[in-house]
Amino acid sequence: MRDVAVIGIGMTKWGELWDKALRDIFVETALLAIDDAGVDHIDSMYVGCMTSGLFVGQEHLASQLADYLGLGPIPAARVESACASGGLAVKQGFLEVASGFSDIVLVSGVEKMTDVGGDQATYALGTAADQEYEGYHGITFPGLYAMIARAHMHAYGTTREQMAHVAVKNHRHGALNPLAQYPFEVTVEGVLNSTMVADPLRILDCSPITDGAAAAILCPLNMAKTITDKPIVKVTGVGHATDTIALHGREDLTVLAATAKAGEEAYAMAGKTPEDIDLVEVHDCFTIAEICVIEALGFVEKGKGGTAAESGLTALGGNIPVNVSGGLKAKGHPVGATGVAQIVEIVKQLRGDADKRQVEGARVGLAQNMGGSGGSTLVHILEVQ
Amino acid sequence: MVTPARYWREIPQRYRLEAGKCTTCGKTYFPPRVVCTCGAREFETVRLNDEGTLRTFTVIRVAPSQFVDEAPYVVGIVELNDGVRLTTQVVDCNAEQLQIGQKMKVEFRRIQTVGEAGILCYGYKCVPV
Repeated sequence: MRDVAVIGIGMTKWGELWDKALRDIFVETALLAIDDAGVDHIDSMYVGCMTSGLFVGQEHLASQLADYLGLGPIPAARVESACASGGLAVKQGFLEVASGFSDIVLVSGVEKMTDVGGDQATYALGTAADQEYEGYHGITFPGLYAMIARAHMHAYGTTREQMAHVAVKNHRHGALNPLAQYPFEVTVEGVLNSTMVADPLRILDCSPITDGAAAAILCPLNMAKTITDKPIVKVTGVGHATDTIALHGREDLTVLAATAKAGEEAYAMAGKTPEDIDLVEVHDCFTIAEICVIEALGFVEKGKGGTAAESGLTALGGNIPVNVSGGLKAKGHPVGATGVAQIVEIVKQLRGDADKRQVEGARVGLAQNMGGSGGSTLVHILEVQ
Repeated sequence: MVTPARYWREIPQRYRLEAGKCTTCGKTYFPPRVVCTCGAREFETVRLNDEGTLRTFTVIRVAPSQFVDEAPYVVGIVELNDGVRLTTQVVDCNAEQLQIGQKMKVEFRRIQTVGEAGILCYGYKCVPV
């Protein structure tokens, strides 16, 4: 297997992009990554997208996007793993470069979510759950994570305020990210008094509906130095695991077993432990998700995730900064794009290009991207050379 | 989207709680499967126990399209006495007083109404004992 480097990244401002179509958002972002890498062609591309069929009625997406990218009849594939589609695109691109099948591969993610109304978006996102045995009974994604939250509160004494602190921290970070959808701060009181969506989760516990894309260029490590003068970021760990997509099928409702397994694989491949990681981007689709994920990845003990944000452990300047980009919470969550945007943030940080939210001396970063209520997870570890 | 064929083929589970029990290791699956995690492929059809315990729950206030008129409503995960867990609505209860660990009983109820014709779809819901 060849070593693989990330030599280009691209992301534009996320939000409610009424004036842009899915293809516009994608092409704009992909060109940023291509220009950042300084390459004049790509050999192959992957695009992560959860459900362009339900959001904009468009399937056969990869060919359409490759066409509009204008780089010729390259092989292009769309990959889907619900909200982990972007992370899956990164893994597939990694495998294609590592195997020697292609040299320069574009990995990207995109979702255009605001062309439908709120209840249609809720339905579309809900298809990541078991349609016959969860969706049929009226559960929603906020509802699934709310059930995880209540179980976590019951088992470990995690409090409503502790969850609010996750949103406060990630918005504080997001306020430093000009590309974030909601680059402003929120207060604990603000979170606790926001509209209830699915008890005990309120609207400010939830990541938003977002239009956006993210892209990165991968190539063999030994070729990277001949292409770019920028710091070379190597992909040193890749982990990927699945779990039951129905929450009720899991032994312990508070454990994200796929995240734990993907994390173990990535740590083993990279030869790292949680103590070696300088910054982490995790899938905080809901505040409780960040709490469960940092437990599953071994940054805190099981059941102790609740205090991490409040104590400052996971804040910028803390021992293990989590979601310095603002996370899904403040940066936005165009579902298929999220996993690639995490890689974009890690590369920015490892290059030392993250401005006011720079984690000083960052050498090793970890990205965790999760589908559904935890039914799939991708973990990538990146290191600057 | 619920269509006639899709609705019809789930009837044994939704109306009668039919599950598959592995004849080798005894693990029960709902819905039934064709292969067990123990590797065996022989199952007998069993009916689930219709009493159990509430493991977690939420109150859905922002509902998907077909449930908008029902909100707010309670959805929970109930562990039946034979160990199988269901995601199900919890009804005939005061959501403020529900607690994890509370005893539940499965009942046959209307779940949702589909399409312009308003086709009624049935299945299981739980009520506090």
